[in-house]
Amino acid sequence: MAVKVRIPTPLQRLTQGKEEVEGSVGTIISLVNDLDQKYPGLADRVSENGKIRRFVNIYVNDEDIRFLNAEETSVKDGDEVSIVPAIAGGAR
Amino acid sequence: MGHVKGLKCRECGREYPVDPIYVCEFCFGPLEVAYDYKSIAKAITRKKIEQRPQTLWRYRELLPIDGEPQVGLDSGFTPLVKADNLAQEIGIDELFVKDDTVVHPTLSFKDRVVAVALTKAKEFDFDTVACASTGNLAHSVSAHGARAGFKRFIFIPASLEASKIVASLVYEPNLIAVDGNYDEVNRLCSEVANKYRWAFVNINIRPFYAEGSKTIGFEIVEQMGWKAPDHIVVPCASGSLLTKVWKALKEFRQIGILKELDTKIFGAQATGCGPIVTAVKAGTDIIRPVKPNTIAKSLAIGNPADGFYASQVIKETGGYAEDVSDQEIIDAIKLLARTEGIFAETAGGVTLASAIKLIKTGRISREGTTVICITGNGLKTQEALQGHTAMPHHIKPSLASFEEVLRQITRGN
Repeated sequence: MAVKVRIPTPLQRLTQGKEEVEGSVGTIISLVNDLDQKYPGLADRVSENGKIRRFVNIYVNDEDIRFLNAEETSVKDGDEVSIVPAIAGGAR
Repeated sequence: MGHVKGLKCRECGREYPVDPIYVCEFCFGPLEVAYDYKSIAKAITRKKIEQRPQTLWRYRELLPIDGEPQVGLDSGFTPLVKADNLAQEIGIDELFVKDDTVVHPTLSFKDRVVAVALTKAKEFDFDTVACASTGNLAHSVSAHGARAGFKRFIFIPASLEASKIVASLVYEPNLIAVDGNYDEVNRLCSEVANKYRWAFVNINIRPFYAEGSKTIGFEIVEQMGWKAPDHIVVPCASGSLLTKVWKALKEFRQIGILKELDTKIFGAQATGCGPIVTAVKAGTDIIRPVKPNTIAKSLAIGNPADGFYASQVIKETGGYAEDVSDQEIIDAIKLLARTEGIFAETAGGVTLASAIKLIKTGRISREGTTVICITGNGLKTQEALQGHTAMPHHIKPSLASFEEVLRQITRGN
């Protein structure tokens, strides 16, 4: 078992079209950097200087990491991570 | 001749050509219009603006169009009302109401943004315009779009009260009632926008649309005699309006129309939907989404797209933010009507009630000039006041019956 990572459509070009890939246990930021080894360019799209980009939402088991431990949130075997770009919307 | 350089990502700064796009392909940040301020500074002066018709297009050099304005030729330039009665009531020296209860043609500030969005949609050669909305935006796209000759698709949650949709239906758009809540309607619209070549004013046209909000800021400065007020209170839903009012002031400063700028910007939300206020009060950059529960439905965006930027503007200018209960909203609507003869929608109640709190707590000083932005007309949200207004006096059609009531009324005073 490993960590399941869901990849959004705009980033699937980097994962050879895969919607779901396997990630490593550890912190979110180490998971992102680890994925970058397998899928070069991914870390740059999702993070900058070790911080997750503002308009990228990451969920661990459906909870936004901003309300967990942000980049340092730890993930373990069996956890599900979703990467979801925030699309600007709303009106006023 | 336009003065737009292109679109630019607010987050990573990547540049894009002027296209109907709204998200940075690289980092997913929002795109914003970038202008050539040097050429704008040469192109306009106070005098030149003053000679133009009194509409929002008198600031056209600072709006993202290339050719002539095509939509909303009668929109904007609403009154800046000096509200002395209200100022006295709430104990402040100088108060002004920026009165967008009377924007042409559908009585809310949305007529400004839609005027710009649909002019841009014409320039992009779209024949169909669309939006997701529960109220003011739907009315404005329906009306402006009718006159401009667009096909129109308006998406609403099916559960919306019939009374609210008549004000859209009268302009005969294609009204799509979706079996789902507002968030689901929005999500669907993103998918529709990806598939069909339509101008969704608050999706793929958003960078241009949002610029229309700046005209409130431009007008306030001009109407105060080319001076910026000390405080401006702005209602927040997505937070976009607040950021654009500030952008307007900064642009005027940048091109030399304003000599000085020391304005504090304040945000107003309902307690039942106050994610931006919560962040400001907690001193954090993180906007935590909420499930809205307030009578101020036009402000009920639980996950505000520009919330971060709005909180930054508030911090940068030394402003603050306040939230108010439904009862405070109703009381403020009535106070504004009673003192200044202006009937605001629920969002206006939020703005005034928040301003009162900000004055009471000393965040807004009693000295200096304060402007509150009232962004929509109360005739649209009358149901919010049901059971909260004064009652009529019922009489028989006789002078005796009238005079009996008159005695009661005079005694009551």
